[in-house]
Amino acid sequence: MADHKDVDQITGVETTGHSWDGIKELNNPLPRWWLWTFYASIAFALVYTILYPAWPMVNSATTGVLGWSSRGDLAQETAAANASRAGQLEKISALSVEEIAADPDLRTVAIAGGRAAFKVNCVQCHGSGAEGGPGYPNLNDDAWLWGGQLEAIHTTLEHGIRYASDTDTRVSEMPAFGRDGILDRAQIGDVADYVLTLGKTAADPAAAERGAVVFADNCAACHGESGEGMREVGAPALNDAIWLFGGTKDDIVRQVTAPRHGVMPAWGERLGETTVKELTVYVHSLGGGE
Amino acid sequence: MRYTTETMLVGLAAFLALLGAGFAADVPFREHAYVLFVVLAITTIVMMRRIDFSGDKMIPLRADTPGDRTGGRVVARSETAVNTASAGSTASIAYMDDVVRYGVIATVFWGIVGFLVGVVIASQLAWPDLNIQPWFNFGRMRPLHTSAVIFAFGGNALIATSFYVVQRTCRARLWGGNLAWFVFWGYQLFIVMAATGYLLGITEGREYAEPEWYVDLWLTVVWVAYLAVFLGTLVRRKEPHIYVANWFYLAFIVTIAMLHVVNNLSLPVSFVGAKSYSAFSGVQDALTQWWYGHNAVGFFLTAGFLGMMYYFIPKQANRPVYSYRLSIIHFWALIFLYIWAGPHHLHYTALPDWAQTLGMVFSIMLWMPSWGGMINGLMTLSGAWDKLRTDPVLRMMVISVAFYGMSTFEGPMMSIKSVNSLSHYTDWTIGHVHSGALGWVGMISFGAVYHLTPKLWGRERLYSLRLVNWHFWLATLGIVVYAAVMWVSGIMQGLMWREYGDDGYLVYSFAETVAAMHPYYVLRMLGGAMFLAGALIMAFNVYKTIRGDVRREVPMGTPALQPAE
Repeated sequence: MADHKDVDQITGVETTGHSWDGIKELNNPLPRWWLWTFYASIAFALVYTILYPAWPMVNSATTGVLGWSSRGDLAQETAAANASRAGQLEKISALSVEEIAADPDLRTVAIAGGRAAFKVNCVQCHGSGAEGGPGYPNLNDDAWLWGGQLEAIHTTLEHGIRYASDTDTRVSEMPAFGRDGILDRAQIGDVADYVLTLGKTAADPAAAERGAVVFADNCAACHGESGEGMREVGAPALNDAIWLFGGTKDDIVRQVTAPRHGVMPAWGERLGETTVKELTVYVHSLGGGE
Repeated sequence: MRYTTETMLVGLAAFLALLGAGFAADVPFREHAYVLFVVLAITTIVMMRRIDFSGDKMIPLRADTPGDRTGGRVVARSETAVNTASAGSTASIAYMDDVVRYGVIATVFWGIVGFLVGVVIASQLAWPDLNIQPWFNFGRMRPLHTSAVIFAFGGNALIATSFYVVQRTCRARLWGGNLAWFVFWGYQLFIVMAATGYLLGITEGREYAEPEWYVDLWLTVVWVAYLAVFLGTLVRRKEPHIYVANWFYLAFIVTIAMLHVVNNLSLPVSFVGAKSYSAFSGVQDALTQWWYGHNAVGFFLTAGFLGMMYYFIPKQANRPVYSYRLSIIHFWALIFLYIWAGPHHLHYTALPDWAQTLGMVFSIMLWMPSWGGMINGLMTLSGAWDKLRTDPVLRMMVISVAFYGMSTFEGPMMSIKSVNSLSHYTDWTIGHVHSGALGWVGMISFGAVYHLTPKLWGRERLYSLRLVNWHFWLATLGIVVYAAVMWVSGIMQGLMWREYGDDGYLVYSFAETVAAMHPYYVLRMLGGAMFLAGALIMAFNVYKTIRGDVRREVPMGTPALQPAE
């Protein structure tokens, strides 16, 4: 090696003497800053593994001299969060929804908790502004299928709607007037025109007049003489121009012919009594609460 | 007759595919077997049409050297004899370059496919209506994108350049004769089967390893053949030492073989069915997947492309590698440390704390070994920095090393648990991956393609260096837009997720954070589209170069504006 030194002309640095397809390698030393940073990162790693859980042993691993663990961390933070709400959650759990709503402090706490729970569990169907969508009710308005009082909202939340695995769930079913042959196509068309007039929407007056008779015979029992609805059986009001499944004539014909029925899960068991109460107060506060 | 046995084997395989379709246990497998049958049947027909009855059993070696491939077209070939031009003593060796030529074309082709799918899925995230059910929804297109860019584009770039580099730096023809062709075509078949499988809904759901068991088995066969060709060539070398690029290529091939086999250990439900179940379950499975996933980054996208860098930068700059000692130390440090860093993908999960700690500290120790490659790449230019003004190909390689340095700093930083608690699951990770993938992997591959094309096809120079410059700027700006937008959106996303109000409750719903992402997703799509546009310019440039056209243009480095007299 020493007897034939190959030196790069531009840098004046010795090469290793080999050449591969014309490529040579300079024999520069490791950059100092690089080497010392590398050593520092190794030193950091060693210290860190002493402080924190790191080295696997036969049955478990070293726990680290700081005694830190991610589960311990979680338990601490959860305990701190619970401590900050101590007393209030117990009160919410013990009181009725009316009593919670009547106490300004508790109401504030319940609405905050309810809003958080709503964002995680309810926005998927009801929208992040609780504005609803086709088939999912808007929760900001005055139209309630099953009632807008605190107790009614609470029951709906706790037991759900048409939720098969909850025996106390709210159930209602509108007959399939077209599919089951109760009414013929002409009658359904007429009654749809009549329902449109209930909501102050323009419709064929002659057809609506015929439809009024059909309505009185078939629909008024649940939806009311003037289409005001009946919350005891979850029958929607038809005179408020608020439509769950659409408000065109086609939509109404479709719903009378073969109705769709929405399902809402029962949240009582899944979220627990306290959270359901908070949700109740929150939903009630959105604007339509009665 | 040429390729008689091979043609018969492919024909037989086509028949077996048809049988597989006939006896399939489930619908996806039947559809996939039909795809395989069609691909193999077409291949058989193409091969049969090429059968030569002249009695030449062997392909003449000279057919593979560019200097003798005169064909009918007359082009400028003043430097066609690449082998003799580079080193006098290698004049007698006929390198096997046809497979490299195919590899370069495949790299460009799959690159554009992968980038295009990337732009499509970026658009799907911005405008969900673009999801076309069921074949082209995001869930199926996303693995198509990742596999197309990593394995189809990156894999072809690595196979082609490794075949080119190992021959030159060993002064030996590829070992195994037509085995190299088997590696190339076998790998393309793997890509086609993986891609069509995703669109048909066939997936193992393992990140970067989505193909089902039968495609995995095929890749194993191809990969072992690749290893054999590469090792065989190394063994036959006429140089006393093995060049550093080949260390990296070999580390990449060997480690990927190990990772692929272990990660894909699974039991098929039926040998004529598409579904299989992993040998691992629960947190062990998660760790196996990220041991694989992280080292796919470490050994496929880092070690392999460092091999590429170690050949093409000194070649393009015509300068010696900066430090031999640094190359040794950073190679072994990188190889040893990378394999342990996978658990940092599972911070704050069911993975035990001690494994998370080790994943983090190994990642931090990996910072300097990664940067060793950057230093060696950049410092190789000492004495040749002026070339950046006139050589956009070299500029491309240098910016790729710069992106490499940035990503390999960002990676260890993101592995720190407190940083990770903010960055994990956000778009920041996506931005990090793309500054590495588009910046480092993409740019070094483009540089290699631009370096190789004139040499392989015996052209004096590229069709147009000005177009390379356009590609450079479109790609660079595209990456900067992409990465910057993802930083902003990712950090915003992370902060929104963890935002608590004074009342101690979460402030934002998940849907609200998604809505907040929208403008950033649109910008990200634009960044990706710029990168794609650059790649299309490259395809045009490569096509024209292969045809032998030379664009008349003002040479690079000429000042655009003359100083006032």
